[in-house]
Amino acid sequence: MSSRLSGNEAVAYAMKQINPDVMGAFPITPSTEIPEYFAQYAANGEVDTEFVTVESEHSSMSVCIAAQAAGARSVCATSSCGLALMYELLYVAASCRLPIALACVNRALSGPININNDHSDSMGARDSGWIQIYAENNQEAYDNFLMAMPIGEHLSVRLPVMTCMDGFITSHAVENIELLETEAVRRFIGEYNPENYLLKKENPLAVGPYDVSPYYMEHKVLEAEAMKAAKTRILEVAADFEKISGRRYGLFEEYRMEDAELALVLIGSSAGTAKAAVDKLREAGVKAGLVKIRVFRPFPGEELARALAGTRAVAVMDKSEGFSASGGPLFAETRSALYDLQERPYMINIVYGLGGRDVKTEDIEKVFARLAAIAATGEVGPLYTHMGQRSREEIA
Amino acid sequence: MASNDMVEIRWHGRGGQGAKSACLLLADVAGLEGKFVQGFPEYGPERMGAPITAYNRISEKRCSIHSNIYYPDYVVVVDESLLDNVDVTGGLKEGGAIIINTPCSPQEMRLRLGGWSGKVCTLDARRISEETLGRNFPNTPMLAAAVKVSGVLETERFLAHIEESFKHKFADKPQVIEGNMATLKKSMDEVQVG
Repeated sequence: MSSRLSGNEAVAYAMKQINPDVMGAFPITPSTEIPEYFAQYAANGEVDTEFVTVESEHSSMSVCIAAQAAGARSVCATSSCGLALMYELLYVAASCRLPIALACVNRALSGPININNDHSDSMGARDSGWIQIYAENNQEAYDNFLMAMPIGEHLSVRLPVMTCMDGFITSHAVENIELLETEAVRRFIGEYNPENYLLKKENPLAVGPYDVSPYYMEHKVLEAEAMKAAKTRILEVAADFEKISGRRYGLFEEYRMEDAELALVLIGSSAGTAKAAVDKLREAGVKAGLVKIRVFRPFPGEELARALAGTRAVAVMDKSEGFSASGGPLFAETRSALYDLQERPYMINIVYGLGGRDVKTEDIEKVFARLAAIAATGEVGPLYTHMGQRSREEIA
Repeated sequence: MASNDMVEIRWHGRGGQGAKSACLLLADVAGLEGKFVQGFPEYGPERMGAPITAYNRISEKRCSIHSNIYYPDYVVVVDESLLDNVDVTGGLKEGGAIIINTPCSPQEMRLRLGGWSGKVCTLDARRISEETLGRNFPNTPMLAAAVKVSGVLETERFLAHIEESFKHKFADKPQVIEGNMATLKKSMDEVQVG
């Protein structure tokens, strides 16, 4: 079914098709439209969902945790400071192994206060134990949300899933989209039948009690194993999803990487802009390509190392600062993933697009020009720079 | 950088005038006609009356570029007072056109555009809207003018499709559809090209 929807409406529509048991709802720009649309569906009787309005994101995630622990499917949406206010609960959800589905509409964190897009919010939550799947556009935002539950709820995983899209750029842009029939969605999602839950009278249990030192570490190991297992499950679900949608997804997307010598690694909507730059450079005979990270947690390190093994120079582009003083989070992970390669490409980090700073195809072309120079001379220059800012002299 | 078979439109308006809604509506209708579309606003600290920008890309192939539009084919100015504050013709392609909501003629407006030598179009959107809708909703007339001037969609089909879109959009107040359709038609007749 062809339609035209914004990213927010697409995700709200996915939620409607799923018909979850509970939504914990609290508004924050730019994710507000998701609970707004969903409130209409609830008011119109188009879903059976218990729509719980609360006074903060701390509470909306608490609602989801309680509901999911009771055996109900729960969903949520938030952005930026809203995700930050959920922080404590994100860890609770993951460690209680509750497969909640959260739509994160990426927005810069304060301060200074800013409503526009970057990835600082979800990158800040990258170590919380949530699976993180990023979208390039409205179609992927819709598709990723539909895949969240079959991934998170599987016995081998049982982890919450955060699907991320770029605030405004994706959330508020109306574009063409292919929607699945609701019946097909419901068949694909299936029923949620957890083994154990709070309200199961045959096996009463406590959820989230104090964990003493003799047990805590074992629980963390189990959680870590679940995150490792998620990689296989994500690919299984992608294969099933392809059967009903015709759309193929992996842990990341390789764009014109077959013989690429110069490559970018990046996340989200800017990957689309970068694809246009890659096409232009390919026409000019430059062997350019890019890897768009779709799944950041679990991090596809080994697969990424294979994808980049044949390249000569790579720019990893981070849409969050990270303040590590040695590059952004995607850079740190990508660089680490390539450590075991016998022959590694040169690698630089470019932080870009903070707080909604726009990224044009011309900007991406400059990055490739710098990679070409690095590949030709072997001179890497500064390892970690900021693109498109005016406060210091620009270095690609 | 957009390819040649793509039309790019930049909208300038003030918060509350509906420039964003018109932009999204154009995307919706063009999509109904089988085009690949993007319609998106650029948000700052949004508030009533503040300058806002919105963008459309309309093409035969899906466009993966998600940056703002710096070299538009057409510029639509929903509020004439923006001419004093915003570089509305910035990056506007030579063969393109600017369409301004004003009671003045294209010749008069050209004098205010600081050397823009391309096409200048005008429409008295306020008057038309007040006549047909009873209130000043300048976005619907300007949408009609944009379609007429750009030729991005064929006029009759555009009108048929937008009526469908209105039926969806105004499902709970169908009485406004007739006035909006009259606004569109009148605006297409009255837009001046100079």
